[in-house]
Amino acid sequence: MSDFPFLVAMIAVPALGAAVVAALPKGRELLARQLSLGVSLVVLVLTVLAAVAFDTGGERFQLTTSVAWIPDFGVDFALGVDGIALVMLLLIGLLVPLVIGASWEDGAPGADGVPAAATEGRSMRFFFAWLLLLEAMMVGVFAATDVFLFYVFFEAMLVPMYFLIGRFGGPRRQYAAVKFFLYSLVGGLIMLAAVIGLYVVSASELGEGTFAFDALRDLEIDPGVQKLLFLGFFVAFAIKAPLVPLHTWLPDSAAEAPIGGAVLLVGVLDKVGTFGFLRYCLPLFPDASRYFAPLVLVLAVVGVLYAALLAMGQSDMKRLVAYTSISHFGFIALGIFAFTTEAATGAVLYMVNHGIATGLLFLVVGMLIARGGSRQIGDYGGVAAQAPKLAAVFLVAGLASLALPGTNSFVSEFLVLIGSFPERPVHTIVATLGIILAALYILLMYQRTMHGPARGVVAPAGGDEPPEAGPAGGAGATAVLTAPSATAVRFRDLSRREIAVVTPLVVLVIVLGVQPQLLLDIIEPAVVATLDDLGATR
Amino acid sequence: MEIISAEVLPSEVVPAEGLLGASWLLIALPLAGAAVLLLGGRRTDRWGHLLGTATVVGAFLLAVLCTFSLADVEGRSVDVDLFTFISTGQLDVRAGLLYDPLSAVFVLLITGVGSLIHVYSIGYMAHDPARRRFFAYLNLFVAAMLLLVLGNSFVALYVGWEGVGLASYLLIAFWYTRPGAATAAKKAFIMNRVGDVGLALAIFVMFAQLGTTSYEGVFGTVGTLAGGTITAIGLLLLLGACGKSGQFPLQAWLPDAMEGPTPVSALIHAATMVTAGVYLIARSAPIYDETPTARTVVLAVGAVTLLIGAIAGCAFDDIKKVLAYSTVSQIGYMFLAVGLGPAGYVAGLAHLLAHGFFKAGLFLGAGSVMHAMDDSVDMRRYGGLARKLPITFATFGLGYLALIGFPFLSGFYTKDAIIEAALDRDDAWGWVLAGVAVLGAGLTAFYMTRLMLMTFFGRARWADGVHPHESPTVMTAPMVVLSLGSIGAGFLLVKAFPLSDWLEPVFGEEHSAEHVVAPLTVGLVVTGVMLLGVLAAWLFVGRREVPVTAPVRVSPVTRAARNALYADTINESLLMRPGQWLTRALVWVDNRGVDGAVNGLAAGLGGSSSRLGRTQTGFVRTYALGMLGGAVLVAGALLAVTSG
Amino acid sequence: MTLTYYLVLAAILFTIGAVGVLVRRNAIVVFMCIELMLNSVNLTLVTFARATGTVDGQIMAFFVMVVAAAEVVVGLAIIMSIYRTRRSASVDDANLLKY
Repeated sequence: MSDFPFLVAMIAVPALGAAVVAALPKGRELLARQLSLGVSLVVLVLTVLAAVAFDTGGERFQLTTSVAWIPDFGVDFALGVDGIALVMLLLIGLLVPLVIGASWEDGAPGADGVPAAATEGRSMRFFFAWLLLLEAMMVGVFAATDVFLFYVFFEAMLVPMYFLIGRFGGPRRQYAAVKFFLYSLVGGLIMLAAVIGLYVVSASELGEGTFAFDALRDLEIDPGVQKLLFLGFFVAFAIKAPLVPLHTWLPDSAAEAPIGGAVLLVGVLDKVGTFGFLRYCLPLFPDASRYFAPLVLVLAVVGVLYAALLAMGQSDMKRLVAYTSISHFGFIALGIFAFTTEAATGAVLYMVNHGIATGLLFLVVGMLIARGGSRQIGDYGGVAAQAPKLAAVFLVAGLASLALPGTNSFVSEFLVLIGSFPERPVHTIVATLGIILAALYILLMYQRTMHGPARGVVAPAGGDEPPEAGPAGGAGATAVLTAPSATAVRFRDLSRREIAVVTPLVVLVIVLGVQPQLLLDIIEPAVVATLDDLGATR
Repeated sequence: MEIISAEVLPSEVVPAEGLLGASWLLIALPLAGAAVLLLGGRRTDRWGHLLGTATVVGAFLLAVLCTFSLADVEGRSVDVDLFTFISTGQLDVRAGLLYDPLSAVFVLLITGVGSLIHVYSIGYMAHDPARRRFFAYLNLFVAAMLLLVLGNSFVALYVGWEGVGLASYLLIAFWYTRPGAATAAKKAFIMNRVGDVGLALAIFVMFAQLGTTSYEGVFGTVGTLAGGTITAIGLLLLLGACGKSGQFPLQAWLPDAMEGPTPVSALIHAATMVTAGVYLIARSAPIYDETPTARTVVLAVGAVTLLIGAIAGCAFDDIKKVLAYSTVSQIGYMFLAVGLGPAGYVAGLAHLLAHGFFKAGLFLGAGSVMHAMDDSVDMRRYGGLARKLPITFATFGLGYLALIGFPFLSGFYTKDAIIEAALDRDDAWGWVLAGVAVLGAGLTAFYMTRLMLMTFFGRARWADGVHPHESPTVMTAPMVVLSLGSIGAGFLLVKAFPLSDWLEPVFGEEHSAEHVVAPLTVGLVVTGVMLLGVLAAWLFVGRREVPVTAPVRVSPVTRAARNALYADTINESLLMRPGQWLTRALVWVDNRGVDGAVNGLAAGLGGSSSRLGRTQTGFVRTYALGMLGGAVLVAGALLAVTSG
Repeated sequence: MTLTYYLVLAAILFTIGAVGVLVRRNAIVVFMCIELMLNSVNLTLVTFARATGTVDGQIMAFFVMVVAAAEVVVGLAIIMSIYRTRRSASVDDANLLKY
């Protein structure tokens, strides 16, 4: 069973599926959706089977496949996963079907008095085709064990995302898409130079150039050269992650992208950056990593607080969530560059948990926006009274985002901080202050949108207003009410489809919050191997 | 960390067997209740409150049985190992419970008072359409609180710690359509989080220095650390305790939390959750035993809060806020007690338990009064309720007498024990602390007598259309039970079945029985000061007519007290406003500065390329001239190179 | 035989052609001036071939003539279609291809 080329299948199935969906005749919208969902579910099954076939105590890279691709330059089509990549593949396999489910009614005319999205009436075949192609590319990025192949997937991944933002996004989608593309391309080009540099070094040291990760890992590179090559990779990953101050593309892209695209952008695509730190920067350039670690840690900690403060200042919900993600990436970078097993394991777990928690938050925000037709926090108020299930899921997502114990994010944030503290106490103390700010930005958003009286685009309940029950003690009970706007609607609660989309994520938030060991056992051996390459102290 | 856990332990902890092995059911029962009620939706509306009450009563019965079987165990401490929570690298956190006399006392308090308040809530919330949600949150709170006191490591404590914070948030914001309730809930959560940072950092230091976070491991080896490190741990734990217990400087959230339904105020913000800070410091006794510095800070915090709470309590007209400031002040007493060290732990915990009874009873009584007065909380609109609400008056009155330390009721014994313990220090500090505590007792007598006089005596100042009526039995029965506790708890805990004997496995033997000042003298002085306070209240409030609106022209002292000594003002001007300003400035910097630099670069490139594009005029002859000029230039250059 | 006369003649022809391309607006005239420049180059090629006694230059001249013929076909067709659409053969009127 473990001989089955899982990774090849996980790239080929969605890629072929994308081609078929794109080739469907016009007007077969429903078929396109069903087909995409089917394909993504097949990939999910493949990922789960691959995880079952993976032996946590076995070799570092498993499920390997290798075919010579460009023999003249020593490029192989080589795939394989370690524990870190495997959990990311599981995240991809999980999120894509949910995103397809969440986008099911995009492009349909607004139902039930709900204003339709910007995509109304547009053919969504290509949306789903691009989604599937993106899935194939994302799997490739995490599964590649050849640096050149990694680079190819790293760049190719931009194309579907560019079209998802640029064709199906919000009002400023063109600007956002171009910004996203240019930012990533700049990083990619700098990385290409470093990839070629790595090849040249390997050619001079081994006599024959290679891109194979395992061979490159054993190179003894001159520290000066290491620093240059490290910077090449680092800048690309820092843009992707994104690390402050290279972050300004993310709020624009995430805000303008369609919700499905935003979930994958923040949930998975950005993890390529932090994954790259762990997979490429640390093992290939150990001396340079240690040399630059203080700088990266400062950027990470500054990012935690800076982005959290910015998140508080946002009036646009999607931008707010994007800024919270930048703050969380600061934690992940702190965990990676603290160079301890606990912190790095926590950072990898954080990557998965952030995908789940922020993915859920984006999905719920998307459902809210689908009803209210506005991204502004100030346009909402008192939603909880009309859509209690929506409010409950919003709260779960928010609590997971602020790392409340019992939710999955707590474990990872706790591990990152407790693991970093022995090595970097000052950085950790400053970063820990971020958990206060996290509570602030989440609860401010939650209070303004969900609590209080109906306001803005939320039409007050006619007649059956929840009575001001219980003893009226509130000093603030006489606050000025904003008159509902002309476009106000009664908010309906979550539909069955929406419940089906959020339930798996809510369940995972709780399960991984109580039993994180399920993933930690997969992650830890790979992290230990990575830190061994680095020669870390503990 | 096997190496460490094999070392000497503060007390013998044996693996749990039999009934105690199933003590995780204590947490699981209310948690399951919360899950059923939250997930079950409207289907459970009809019987949800009964299920919610049943799970907590079940937990109480189980707790009683567990306590009896614990008494039979050698050393009275058992460990219930459940499963691996987090294990990676050198960190190994196991989910497990520690059932020892200290946690047993808290479990009984939480489930006991919790059961009574659940029963009371059946009546109090009877007309609320969201009653099921209320019971779900209450169950969630009980589960989290039990985890807090039962966990066998600081991580488990932290999980419960934030869990009760969440339950508190949900319950304060229970009537979320009121902006005041929503804001108060958020404020409570945020201020708690400030404290949580302290607790989290303390755990990090423990792991970095000792390699473990379990009570066993930490307490067994904490003595090997440098003094400064232990003091740091102690102060960080204290920060956490201050946040949760509404102690100075994080006290401002607790009075606002009264926006929640009254049973919540009784259970969470009087009897149980806010005493978690006292539990934390008592539990961490082996740490504080090593650091006199941190212990002195605990004392100072307790003394300062005691006075702040008592002063603010004198000025408010909102019955729940007065009780809330009273809670702040009484927890100050408990902090003062546990800050005294071994001599004070038992006294502090006895006061905590007695306070749990009489303060919960007072809040339930206040809820009953509000129930009768159409949900008004303004004491200036009360008056003369003693005849209309006889049961409420009787139970509330007993709680009042217990709180002000009327001889032979609960507060008398427990408060005196604290003052005696302070005097036993036998130094200047001891006298100062005892003086503060006695002064606090006088102030307590003043504000509580004022509350009684304004509520139950004097002329009726009711708003139009208010017809007070006694509450139903389902509400009065718990009040009666709690008032019995108000009468007897102090005597039982201090004299009849001394708490110190029961807690001996945790805190060690009772120390010298010799007191510096005779208990009788202390009792007489405290009673005298208390009577002075009552007399002052009668002179100021009882003797004259109470105006329906609060006087505007008042002394600066009164104004300061009405503003709770400007705690909110200070928080706002020192933290909130600069924070908002910083946020706004950073948003500007990010948009204009960071993003502006990127966009500027892009615009610069685009601009220069379009300017270069201007040279393409579309006139063929211009291009031809360009080509000719270019050719001439090339030819000229060639000539220059070949000839030169 | 001296090369000077041939080369001077070729230079004169080239100059006339170049100036014509630059100053005339009529596309046909510009076109003929380009032919003139090409032919001046041809003359130079043939002259040098004769002087060195090789046929390389002659062959190059044939190449140029073939290219010129092809150019005439395409160029005249373009000019014709421009004239048909714009009723003008002035090169300055056909300036749409710009920034």
